[in-house]
Amino acid sequence: MISIQGKGVSTGVALGPLYFYKRAKAEITHETVEDTAAEWERFKEAQAKAVEQLGELAEKARAEAGDEAALLFETHQLMAEDLDYEEAIQALIQDEKLNAVAAVSDTAAQFAEMFASMDDAYMQARAADVKDVSTRIIGILTGAVQGGIDSEVPVILAADDLAPSETVQLDKSKILGFVTEGGSGSSHTAILARTMGIPAIIGVGKQVKEEYAGREVAIDGTKGEIIVDADENTRKLILKKIADQKKTRELLEKLKGLPNKTKDGQSIRVYCNIGSPDDVPAVLGNDAGGVGLFRSEFLYLNCDDYPSEEYQFEAYKKVLSDMGDKEVVIRTLDIGADKQIDYFDLPKEENPAMGNRALRICLQRPEIFRTQLRALYRASAFGHLCIMFPMVTSVWEVREAKKMCERVKKELTKEGKAFSDSVQIGIMIETPAAAVMSDRLAKEVDFFSCGTNDLTQYTLACDRQNADLGRFFNAHHPAVLRLLKMVCDNAHKNGIWVGICGELGADLELTETFLSIGIDELSVSPRAVLPLRQKIRETNVAVCKDSILGTLLGDKTQD
Amino acid sequence: MKSFEYTVQDPIGIHARPAGLLVKEVKKYASTITLSKGEKSVNALKLMAIMGLGIKQGETVKITVEGDDEEKAAAEIEAFFKANL
Repeated sequence: MISIQGKGVSTGVALGPLYFYKRAKAEITHETVEDTAAEWERFKEAQAKAVEQLGELAEKARAEAGDEAALLFETHQLMAEDLDYEEAIQALIQDEKLNAVAAVSDTAAQFAEMFASMDDAYMQARAADVKDVSTRIIGILTGAVQGGIDSEVPVILAADDLAPSETVQLDKSKILGFVTEGGSGSSHTAILARTMGIPAIIGVGKQVKEEYAGREVAIDGTKGEIIVDADENTRKLILKKIADQKKTRELLEKLKGLPNKTKDGQSIRVYCNIGSPDDVPAVLGNDAGGVGLFRSEFLYLNCDDYPSEEYQFEAYKKVLSDMGDKEVVIRTLDIGADKQIDYFDLPKEENPAMGNRALRICLQRPEIFRTQLRALYRASAFGHLCIMFPMVTSVWEVREAKKMCERVKKELTKEGKAFSDSVQIGIMIETPAAAVMSDRLAKEVDFFSCGTNDLTQYTLACDRQNADLGRFFNAHHPAVLRLLKMVCDNAHKNGIWVGICGELGADLELTETFLSIGIDELSVSPRAVLPLRQKIRETNVAVCKDSILGTLLGDKTQD
Repeated sequence: MKSFEYTVQDPIGIHARPAGLLVKEVKKYASTITLSKGEKSVNALKLMAIMGLGIKQGETVKITVEGDDEEKAAAEIEAFFKANL
C-alpha cells in the first residue's frame, strides 16, 4: 500500500484503476513558407474553426455545469480572436515567413509569459488559458486528435495539469476522479470538478508514478489523500465511504431544495453543528439552512496560548461570509469538563462536569471573554450572527454576559469598527436549572438551544462517559423530553425560538416528538441533514401529536 | 472626444470574464475606445491587453471614446462599467 498526500480541491471519495491522460502532442517545427498569404489564410481558417468549437464547448459546459462554466469558453473565443494575438501571429507569418503552427506556438508562449509574470495569482493562472486556446488552433492546423480515455471501465484520471477544454471534452461517465501533478485550487479543472461533483486532488508532483498505471487507486478529495493498492482494511473503509456518499447523493438528488415541511404543513429549520470553518462546505453540500452550533473551542484547542482577537475574527468572518445570508449560531468558549486546555491553567477538580466550565470561566476571567466577544461582533458585519452562551443556570449570569456584550459594542463604536446591530443572543439549555427557569430566561434572550447531551446527564445523574451505566442512561427518558416540552412552551409564550443542538436532534425516532412539542430548529451533523429532512417530510404531526403528547405527559408515560 | 474615469469596485478587478464582456460591449460601437491605467493605454477591443493591465479593485481607469457615435458610446460604456465592474 502506497499513500500519497496532495491537496484536495474537490470533495468525495473514489476507487478505480489509475489512468494517465494521453495528450496528442503536435510536433512543432519551425519552417519557412513561401506563400505567406496562403499560410495566413490557413491560420484564419483554423482560428474560425477553433472559435466554432469553443462555441459548442460553451453550450456543452452550460448544459453540464451552468452559465459560469460556459463563460470560460466564451472568454476563450475572445482570446482566439484577440487583435494583439492575431497581429503577433500575422507578423510572424508575413514578416518572418514562419509557418502557421510555429507562429501560433511562439505567440502563445509570449502571451503566456506575460500573464505568468503578473503579480496576481488569478492572472498568472490565465497563462494556461492562452496555451489551451493555442493548442486547439495548433491541433486543428496539424489535424491532431484530442486525447480521450481508452478504457472500458471508469478510471481515476492522472495528468500533469488538465486544460479546461480538456476536462469538458472528456467522457464524464469514464471518470471517477482527478489527480494532477500541478494546478491550483482556482484552476478551471478544480472548479469544474467541484461543479460536477467529482473528487480532485492537485499538486501531487511526481509522486504518482507512471508505473502505477492500471493499478487500483483510492482518492479522498476531502483529505487530499491518494492510496495505491490499498490493504484490505483500508479498502473496506473506502468502500463504506463510497456507499455513504452514494446514499447521500441519492438523497440529495431527491431532497435538495425541498422544504423541511411535514405532510400537514408544519415547518422546522434543519441546521448543522460544526467545529471549524473547514466544515462549511459540508454544511452547504448537504443543503442545510444554517449553522445551529459552531463550537468555538477549536480555536483555543489549536493554539498554545490564548488566541488573539484577530485570529478569532478571521475564523468567524470566514464562516459567516461563506454562509452568506444564512444564520450562524456561534457558541462562546465551552471548555472545562471533558475539554481541558493547558494554558488556561485550571485547577484540578474533583468533578469537572459540575465544575468551573464554559460561561462560568468567561464570567470569572472577563479579559478572555471580552476578546472573544470583540472578535464575534466585528465578524457580525459579514453575515447573520447569533451568539450563544453555554452552561447557564441563573438569570444573573445571562444579564452579566449581556452587559459584557453591550460594553464590547460601545468600545467598537468608539473605535469606529463595524458590527451588525441585529445580532441575536441566545443561551444553551443544558442544565435542569435552566430548563426549570426557562420562563424567566426567555425574557432575557432571543433564542434557546437545548444541549441534550449535558441535559440528559445532569437530569438523570448519569455520567455520559461512564459506559457501565447501561440501561440507567436512557437517552429517551421522559424526564428529559418533558423538560424539552416545558422549555419549548416557555420559549413560545415569550415569542422566542427554540432549537436542539445535541445528538438527540438527529435521532429519527424522536423527530415526531420534537415536531409535536413544537421545536423550531434542529441542529445536526452535516451528514444527518438529508435523512432528517426525509423523516420530517414523511411525518404527519396532526396524526401523531395527541398520542405522543399523551404518552409523554399523561400516566401512560414509560416508567 | 469624450472621456470618463471610473474606480473599479469588483473585488477581483478586471479579470477575464468582465474583460471579455467589455470587449463584446465595445465591439458594438464605431468609435475608437481606449482604456488607460496610469500611463499605459490599450485599445479596449483587445482582450489580452486589457487583462495585461492587471486592473485591481480600487484602481481608477480612464476611458476615452473618439468617433462618430462617441456621445452614445461613452454614455453606454459608462453604464456598463457601473453595472459590471
